[in-house]
Amino acid sequence: MANPMKIRATAKEGVTEVKILMQHEMETGLRKDADGTLIPAWFITEVKAQYQGRIVMEAQFGQSVSKNPYLLFRFKGGAAGEKVSVSWVDNKGESRTDEAMIAA
Amino acid sequence: MRTKQAYKALLLLALSASFAAVAAEATVTDSDRIEQYREMISDGNPAEFDEMRGEELWKKAAGPNKVSLEQCDLGKGAGVVKGAYSQMPRYFKDTNKVQDLESRLLTCMTTLQGFTEDEISAKPFASDKKQSDISSLTTYVVGQSKGIKMAVSTKHPKVKESYEIGKRIFNYRAGPYDFACSTCHATTGVRIRMQDLPNLSYNKKDAQSAYTTWPAYRVSQGQTRSFQWRLNDCFRQQRFPEPKFASEATVALTTFLAVSANGAEFAGPGLKR
Repeated sequence: MANPMKIRATAKEGVTEVKILMQHEMETGLRKDADGTLIPAWFITEVKAQYQGRIVMEAQFGQSVSKNPYLLFRFKGGAAGEKVSVSWVDNKGESRTDEAMIAA
Repeated sequence: MRTKQAYKALLLLALSASFAAVAAEATVTDSDRIEQYREMISDGNPAEFDEMRGEELWKKAAGPNKVSLEQCDLGKGAGVVKGAYSQMPRYFKDTNKVQDLESRLLTCMTTLQGFTEDEISAKPFASDKKQSDISSLTTYVVGQSKGIKMAVSTKHPKVKESYEIGKRIFNYRAGPYDFACSTCHATTGVRIRMQDLPNLSYNKKDAQSAYTTWPAYRVSQGQTRSFQWRLNDCFRQQRFPEPKFASEATVALTTFLAVSANGAEFAGPGLKR
């Protein structure tokens, strides 16, 4: 099972700032282990953030993104007490969705 | 006449402006940029994940005895983790030894949980393939001292002795390169590649900021690293024989460095490139 994300969202002057820290190996598929065998690629391919059923951020990730990626974005709207949900899908088809309450 | 003066003034202004621009450009050094990068990612420190893992392990019954570590005494009473790290290494009566956090955890895991010492100290550091429980536990306990001032007491003669031994190890030159810790860490303003080297010997501020930001998440390794790991790697870089995990020597060196950081607010787990 995929590990949880850390999401912090704060609303200020009509703009919500969302900070996401994801837990993922983000293997490039180019590295070799100690025996010389290739470590298969394993990385997040898609990240989506939703607010009230509406997609407010969509991103395509690739091999060049670091392990345990950190992402910050802002969107117009959102108020304290409401929820933002973030989900990702990786190239193995695994996925993870987490929610966070917007803070003032 | 007047126009000539005005020209002169203008020229001077223009010149000083361009000098100022050059000066501003030159003051943005690589270490400033690294600092900037650190700030940018500091509120997304992946060490938090290791803290979470450590907390779970702390509370989970484990080992042949099937007990948790909640009875482990880190110096402030059984199970007290808040602020424990800021006063370590310290003297422990039950073991009659000066112990740092990791050697103390090793004691708890053997005496309470029933693990053998070899089981744990064979692979005490995390690798790509396997996470290390003792390392995650360390990250958790350390995080509970965030914001608390470092106050390692040298009142006990054994701690004082450990401090003196640590100081000697710090300055002890040996190995194929005739290196000591002080070779790199006793001068101010030097660097290795892009990294500024802290002066741990004579610069209180350097010693404090270095010690209070370990353990740390190493971005380049994708792992949270403990202080024992830090020392182990320092010895490797000096081409010294590998020190035994949680040995008296490593604890002594830790004591020396921890005492040097006294008075500073603990800020770990940190984040390093």
